[in-house]
Amino acid sequence: MKVLVPIKRVIDYNVKVRVKADNSNVDLANVKMAINPFCEIAVEEAVRLKEAGTATEVIAVSIGDKSCQEQLRTALALGADRAIQIDTDQNLDSINVAKLLQKVVEEEQPQLVILGKQAIDSDNNQTGQMLAALTGMPQGTFASAVSVDGDKVNVTREVDGGLQTIALNLPAIVTTDLRLNEPRYASLPNIMKAKRKPLDVKAAADFGIDLTSRTNLVKVTPPAERQAGIIVESIDELVEKLKNEAKVIS
Amino acid sequence: MSILVFAEHDNSQLKADTLKTVAAAQAMGGEIHLLVAGHNCQAVADAASKVNGVAKVLVADNAAYEHQLAENVSLLVTELAADYDHIVATALTTGKNFMPRVAALLDVAQISDIIAVESSDTFVRPIYAGNAIATVQSLDSKKVITVRPTGFDAVATDGSAEVVALDKATDAGTSSHVNDELSVSERPDLGAAGVVISGGRGMQNGDNFKLLDGIADKLGAAIGASRAAVDAGFVPNDMQVGQTGKIVAPDLYIAVGISGAIQHLAGMKDSKVIVAINKDAEAPIFQVADYGLVADLFDALPELESKL
Ligand SMILES: Cc1cc2nc3c(=O)[nH]c(=O)nc-3n(C[C@H](O)[C@@H](O)[C@H](O)COP(=O)(O)OP(=O)(O)OC[C@H]3O[C@@H](n4cnc5c(N)ncnc54)[C@H](O)[C@@H]3O)c2cc1C
Ligand SMILES: Cc1cc2nc3c(=O)[nH]c(=O)nc-3n(C[C@H](O)[C@H](O)[C@H](O)COP(=O)(O)OP(=O)(O)OC[C@H]3O[C@@H](n4cnc5c(N)ncnc54)[C@H](O)[C@@H]3O)c2cc1C
Repeated sequence: MKVLVPIKRVIDYNVKVRVKADNSNVDLANVKMAINPFCEIAVEEAVRLKEAGTATEVIAVSIGDKSCQEQLRTALALGADRAIQIDTDQNLDSINVAKLLQKVVEEEQPQLVILGKQAIDSDNNQTGQMLAALTGMPQGTFASAVSVDGDKVNVTREVDGGLQTIALNLPAIVTTDLRLNEPRYASLPNIMKAKRKPLDVKAAADFGIDLTSRTNLVKVTPPAERQAGIIVESIDELVEKLKNEAKVIS
Repeated sequence: MSILVFAEHDNSQLKADTLKTVAAAQAMGGEIHLLVAGHNCQAVADAASKVNGVAKVLVADNAAYEHQLAENVSLLVTELAADYDHIVATALTTGKNFMPRVAALLDVAQISDIIAVESSDTFVRPIYAGNAIATVQSLDSKKVITVRPTGFDAVATDGSAEVVALDKATDAGTSSHVNDELSVSERPDLGAAGVVISGGRGMQNGDNFKLLDGIADKLGAAIGASRAAVDAGFVPNDMQVGQTGKIVAPDLYIAVGISGAIQHLAGMKDSKVIVAINKDAEAPIFQVADYGLVADLFDALPELESKL
């Protein structure tokens, strides 16, 4: 079976983003970018399915401008077989990302699509669920375990109260949580090999989808900064401050 | 204008966070209907009818909704959505799971995790792990919105809304529930607790989390953790506080053996008072702490417990 893995290029998780002075957006000029960590987990899971003989082909897809080819090459170095870049310089709403991915699903007919549960930039947590609705597929979101069993996939999900396991008919959508796996590092030979793996580029405009944004970004502001506090010298002082100054304990 | 709010519950109890989501809906303006979708969930419907600001409670009590599978619930909500301008749910695991499906079925964008309402179409939400705050206007005719409970104050519960039973059973037939492994705890919910004490990698193992128990007992606190503590298997996943775990804003948050990575801060920096206990004076957690104690946690925790 084919596995499709949509990946997103985002700010590196170690970088603290800054807001532009004119409050129009965040400033991403010269900021280190990387594959969204949840997408990296998605690639790893797909590659493990292939190594286990369950998957036959792993296809990575990313929607963005040419720079996201860098993240597609990362996915190829981690073990994806081929990649598709859907070229656009628009900042698309999740619904429009999902619509483009729906077209890729129709064309590639994967049995499993594995996405990240959220992109760490916009923190939307929407795309996988939207793609599931558009394709009529069931979904296993926030997955910490995935096991394919005949024409079904069992997904264990991280939920507020603990864990929940559900069974989905294939084809299905899975979105990854942190505990699903620990992604490998790409080896140098694999990075070299990835350069020769196929990477198709398609124009987003050619998919015949209205990609007009449904949202208007009014402004982006920095969060309220916390006032720096004090260092207490002892537990006694801490307890005294919490009782009499902060008044949060009695 | 009319607003459909999805009630978070476990078939027996209405989650307190729903009261905050109703508060957010009130700020959007319009008649509010609260949807209880579940199975054998009459107790939830009763509780829902008391929520202030709610004009009507719709109850879809059917086996198809017992585990609130996204496939089934999204069909129900999408069908009901025809009569509403806003569809609103709490940004907890159930709402996060099915709401984007509803948005896609309605062919609209979703605005996730709002912390404030500017007007009926404009909302405020944190992005980039809370390091930027975006004000976003929805241009769609129907707004699909999830609410971060820490942004709103709960409405009271002395109302008496009309309860209407819905005769619906939308079963997509593509998914089924296998089993739950839910954590049992006598402690308050992380999201609802007035005090939270969290342990990080510095706790060294799961056994040492017992050092937090006595303090939590004395303060009526919930216990949380950093991702590192969860990944290392010290404690279960539902204890993770942070950008990609639970978002909390208690009156008092005590971080023990936690360095203060941006992803952790994203989940707790709106707490009223933050205390950090860490042996490294340079740990970034001290930059957001109101009271920092540079100490070895294995000395500090027993002493703190004895002095409370
Ligand atoms: C300040 C600001 C505020 C915004 N507010 C909103 C808003 O309120 N609502 C809204 O709909 N949009 C909003 N956007 C646009 C939003 O950032 C989208 O552009 C977003 O990139 C698309 O989905 P996501 O990354 O949020 O998806 P998520 O649902 O968070 O990502 C989940 C997964 O979807 C897949 N995925 C996401 N994007 C791609 C991609 N480009 N290519 C391949 N796979 C992908 C990945 O597997 C990813 O792990 C905002 C943008 C900005 C700059
Ligand atoms: C995609 C993504 C999502 C993430 N989401 C989250 C999230 O939701 N929540 C989250 O918490 N993290 C999250 N992280 C992880 C985050 O980046 C950090 O790795 C994590 O928060 C570190 O946990 P920690 O502070 O417990 O561990 P460390 O950074 O290792 O810090 C341990 C601290 O304990 C102190 N210490 C050690 N021994 C003692 C002692 N005896 N006494 C006192 N202090 C001691 C040390 O000085 C140190 O400061 C995410 C990361 C990624 C990439």
